[in-house]
Amino acid sequence: MIFFHNVRLLDPAAGLDQPGELLVRDGRVADLGPALGRPDGAEKIDGGGAVLCPGLVDMRVEVGEPGGEWRETVASAAIAAAAGGITTVAALPDSPLPIDDPALVRLLRVRGEETGSLTILPYGALTKGCRGIDLAELGLLREAGAVAFTDGARAVGPARLMRLALTYARRFEAMVIQHPEEPTLAEGGAATEGELATRLGLPGIPAEAEAILVGRDIRLARLTGGAVHFAHVSTAAALALIRQAKDAGLHVTCDTAPPYFDLNETAIGDWRTFAKLSPPLRADADRQAVAAALRDGTIDAVASDHQPRDPDDKRLPFAQAASGGAGLATLLGVTLAQVHGGALPLARAIELLTAAPARLLGSAAGTLAKGAPADLCLFDPERIWQVVSGALPGHAQNTPFDGRALEGKVVGTWKAGRRVFGG
Amino acid sequence: MAPPQKHLLAIEGMYPPRIAAFLDLAESFVLLNRTGKTPRDRLRGRTMINLFFEDSTRTRTSFELAGKRLGADVINMSVSTSSVNKGETLIDTATTLNAMHCDLLVVRHAASGAPALLAQKVEASVINAGDGTHEHPTQALLDALTIRRRLGGLQGLTVAICGDVLHSRVARSNIFLLSAMGSQVRLVGPPTLMPAQAERLGVTVFHDMAAGLAGADVVMMLRLQQERMTRGLVPSAREYFRFYGLDEAKLAHAAPHALVMHPGPMNRGVEIASSVADDPLRSVIREQVEMGVAVRMAVLDMLSHSGANR
Repeated sequence: MIFFHNVRLLDPAAGLDQPGELLVRDGRVADLGPALGRPDGAEKIDGGGAVLCPGLVDMRVEVGEPGGEWRETVASAAIAAAAGGITTVAALPDSPLPIDDPALVRLLRVRGEETGSLTILPYGALTKGCRGIDLAELGLLREAGAVAFTDGARAVGPARLMRLALTYARRFEAMVIQHPEEPTLAEGGAATEGELATRLGLPGIPAEAEAILVGRDIRLARLTGGAVHFAHVSTAAALALIRQAKDAGLHVTCDTAPPYFDLNETAIGDWRTFAKLSPPLRADADRQAVAAALRDGTIDAVASDHQPRDPDDKRLPFAQAASGGAGLATLLGVTLAQVHGGALPLARAIELLTAAPARLLGSAAGTLAKGAPADLCLFDPERIWQVVSGALPGHAQNTPFDGRALEGKVVGTWKAGRRVFGG
Repeated sequence: MAPPQKHLLAIEGMYPPRIAAFLDLAESFVLLNRTGKTPRDRLRGRTMINLFFEDSTRTRTSFELAGKRLGADVINMSVSTSSVNKGETLIDTATTLNAMHCDLLVVRHAASGAPALLAQKVEASVINAGDGTHEHPTQALLDALTIRRRLGGLQGLTVAICGDVLHSRVARSNIFLLSAMGSQVRLVGPPTLMPAQAERLGVTVFHDMAAGLAGADVVMMLRLQQERMTRGLVPSAREYFRFYGLDEAKLAHAAPHALVMHPGPMNRGVEIASSVADDPLRSVIREQVEMGVAVRMAVLDMLSHSGANR
């Protein structure tokens, strides 16, 4: 038994935000309320007024397995996740060995269970080998536990293929997750097209590449009745289309990642390859639009978009360097920067990191409800720390936030009632 | 006064008096080159390596001559671009060169920013001899020297840079240099070969040669690579020449004293007509090559004695 005392209970799924206490028994939330009193034999944890919320649910993570173990392993990702207050992740299927077979879906689930600290909800490959040609066995993958379908960092290019995918996935009540970037416009690009890319002589990707695919896929969602989810949305134009589609009642949802509301394209100045991401960092007007969309509900969830990269992937001339940034350890802190900046209520921020992604993934995680597994994150919203590449928990160190001072740090993480970080 | 300069990676952000200092020193080397009395003790005992990841005969030769005329020990290294892991080669090469205690490293690379990456990893002074579509600083300096000697200065001139600006590192370095020195820069080319938000660089953009060249003091042509046609950016060479190739009719829109420049190598009949390229009254293309050696001598000399080096 664990008895949390002197904590701010924050559970957006239940609309709960109040000082109180919480009791964990047999790995589950046994009770919570303003004053429970410590039962005999319970381990007491004095939160000192820190926030106790559900363990974070991160819906976009590359876990390195199977096949990319030199960049990340499930074990090292679990360490970084625990330090970031994350207890559930959805794993991308475009690993070196793509998750296009039911056995691989089961493998990833088991690999997560083996860590004892992290639930892995695997995405299934949308197409065989994530090659973007033929649909994968969506039904069999779904039976094996795939939570949704996507080709990961690869956009589904042909309209016919996307139509088929939305139509067929609907039969299995699964959404299709799109990397919204029109591939022929993005080909060879290394930065957002504009003045900065022009000055640096970098091949550009127009920001419109995002809205073009979003606009098309919204129409296909209308045509098919399927559910489409846009990952790491980064532009005002795409968000405007998504807002309209939601107003029209279509099955359209989206997420974004912290770099897109915290950084703009100037972060790539001096050829900083750690800030080379896909989609690329945008102009500041787009960054501001993303931040506003967190608040107004256009964006459904915030995901880390954790893309572990090796130094050899990044210590290259900018255009040749791999894109992607490590994000597990900084997910909460960078999102809280929006709260401290006054742009986002704390409860909304936590909803974007817990209940909202859990709902999208059809997962029961992300709540403090009585009887729910005690996946918990205890964080001090005011504690200050600095992001330092080389000193991050876990293996991947390719953070685009290197040097950034953050306010808000996880002090403890529990998985099914067992402490997996802090203390 | 700006701090001593260790590398020459880009023109962008360079302090105008420093640009002028490079040009003034280069000017003195022009005369010494012509008389054959170059100061061969200036770089005696220093090692300069030409590290070219992209094929180039003229730029490499120009740097080699410049180094030798100042007495440096010059070594040429050509690294094949066909090797699978270009990037690893770059860092590995840097490590190797560091161990050799080279003083001056002249780098050409197909990727923008590659010399800047090398500069972080080696102790030598790094000179950018062209990186991707980013910059080619010594080309801009030699162009400026050529113009200055012919027209007496750079302030107040109108310079039209014409052609494939999108892929041109020569254009970028010239835009930054000429703007810093008070020239008005125009970019002229097809819309498919114009970089995004080019006007934000402080230039005026034209898509018509007659308008873009009107009254210009300098017409600077850029090379059009065959690859632009195969990738569909330009429908054909003949169409390109019709609208953007510099011939006498188009040149007639420029000022009567206008200079014709080209960084070479030229595609005759694509971006420039032979009658213009070879016109001794208008074309300064051969002179540009001569100025190239003088400018590179000035760069090698100044970086070697800047205080950032021994």
